Amino acid sequence: MKFLVALVTSLIFSAVAVALPVNGLAPDALIKSISSEVIDIVKADKEIQSGNFKKAAELVDKKVAPHFDFMRMTRLALGREWRQANADQQKVLANEFQTLLVRTYSKALTEYKNQIVDVKPLALKAADTDVKVRSEIKQSGAKAIQLDYYLQKTNDSWKVYDIEVAGMSLVTNYRESFANEVRSSGIDGLIKVLQAKNKSDDTVAVKK
Amino acid sequence: MKTSFVHMKISVLLLLTALLTTGCASSAGGNKDPLEGFNRAIFAFNDGVDRVILKPVATGYDAVLPTPVRKGVTNFFGNIADVFIGINNLLQGKVSDGAGDLGRVAVNSTLGLLGVFDVASNMGIEKHEEDFGQTFGRWGADSGAFVVVPFFGPRTVRDTAGLVLDVATDPVGYVDHVPTRNTMAGVRLVNDRANLLPADKVIAEAALDKYSYIRDAYLQRRRSLIYDGNAPREAESE
Repeated sequence: MKFLVALVTSLIFSAVAVALPVNGLAPDALIKSISSEVIDIVKADKEIQSGNFKKAAELVDKKVAPHFDFMRMTRLALGREWRQANADQQKVLANEFQTLLVRTYSKALTEYKNQIVDVKPLALKAADTDVKVRSEIKQSGAKAIQLDYYLQKTNDSWKVYDIEVAGMSLVTNYRESFANEVRSSGIDGLIKVLQAKNKSDDTVAVKK
Repeated sequence: MKTSFVHMKISVLLLLTALLTTGCASSAGGNKDPLEGFNRAIFAFNDGVDRVILKPVATGYDAVLPTPVRKGVTNFFGNIADVFIGINNLLQGKVSDGAGDLGRVAVNSTLGLLGVFDVASNMGIEKHEEDFGQTFGRWGADSGAFVVVPFFGPRTVRDTAGLVLDVATDPVGYVDHVPTRNTMAGVRLVNDRANLLPADKVIAEAALDKYSYIRDAYLQRRRSLIYDGNAPREAESE
C-alpha cells in the first residue's frame, strides 16, 4: 500500500503550484516559488499545523488555485463524456471539481507537514507551450516521491493542468468513476454526486 | 525453519493465482476490472478487518511512539527490504541500481546500526522500489485483471504471482526464533499501517467511490513503476 503514502504525501505539493506576481516566470521557477511559499506558510502557521482545514483551504484558494486551469482539468477527467455536457453544465462541473480538488489538497496540507521538495530544472525552449516539470519529495528510509506537473502556456502565463504523484494522475484518476456516473445517470447525475460530496462534512466517516 | 504459517500464506496465494490465471487471465479490451463484484466483496472484507483490528492498533502505536522511533522502525524494515529490491533490479538487468541497493544494505547494516539509520540515503545512494511483480512486468508479462487479494489488498494477476515470491523470499519469514519472527512481522505490519494513517483522511476527502479511486490509483502506480517513473502519457481521448 506504499502507493497510497506516495499518493497522499504529494497531494500537498499539488497545493504548491503557484501564485505570486509570476507572469513571465519559467514553469520550473514558478513551481519552485510556489512550493517554497506554501511550505513556508504552513510551517509558520500553528493553526494549519494542528489541522485547521478551513484555513488550509483559504491558503490553497489564494496561492494555488489561480495557477490551475480547472476547466482543462475537468475536461481531462471527463474524457469523452465532456462533450455530452452543455456550456452551463461544463461550468458547473468545473466549479465542483475545483472545490473537490482544493478540499483534497487542503486536507493533505493539514496531514503532511515539513516536507522537502526538490524541483528539477527544465530545459525550456522558446517555442514550448506544453511542458512537464519534475520534482521530488525527499523522505528518509523510503524512495523519494516523484511529483510531476504538466503546464500549458496561455496568454504568456503558465497554468497547471495535471499533476502526477508517483506516476498517478490526480485528474485522470477520476475518469473511470466519472464516466460510470455519466453512463448511469447522465451529466446532471454526476453534478449531483459532486455537489453532495462537496457539501458533506469534511469529517466524512473515514474508513480504512 | 520456516513456519507452516508462511507455507500456508504461500499456498493460499498460489491457489488464488492459479484460479485467476485459469479463470480470467484475459482482461479483454475495454473492461479492466472484470472481477469487480468479487473484488468489491474482498475490498469490503479487508476494510472491515482494518477498521476493527489493524487501524485501531496502528493508531495506538502512532500515538505512543515518538516520530524518531517510528522512523527508525521504518528504516530497519526498509533495510531488510532492500535485499530483494536489489535482487529484483539485478533480475531486470538494472545492474547499477541493483548494486546500489545491495550497497545500501551493506552501509546501513553497519554504519546505520542494523538499518535503524538510513545513512546510505544521506550519502546519496538512492532507495528504489522493486518487487517480483515489476520484474515479471519488465520481462513482458501482461498485468492481467485487477484483483483484490484477501488481507493483502489491491493487485493484478501478475502482481499476485509476484506477491507469492515476495512472501516466499521475505527475509523476516526465515528468522528461526518463532517469537522473534512473529514480533517482527507484527511490528512491520503495524508500522506500515501507521505510516498510512494520514492517507486515510486525504483519500476520504478525494474519493467519490473509495474502491474505484484506489483501484485506478493502484493501476496507474504499477504502470508507472514498471517504466521506472517514465511511463508514456496515456491518450487523452478528449
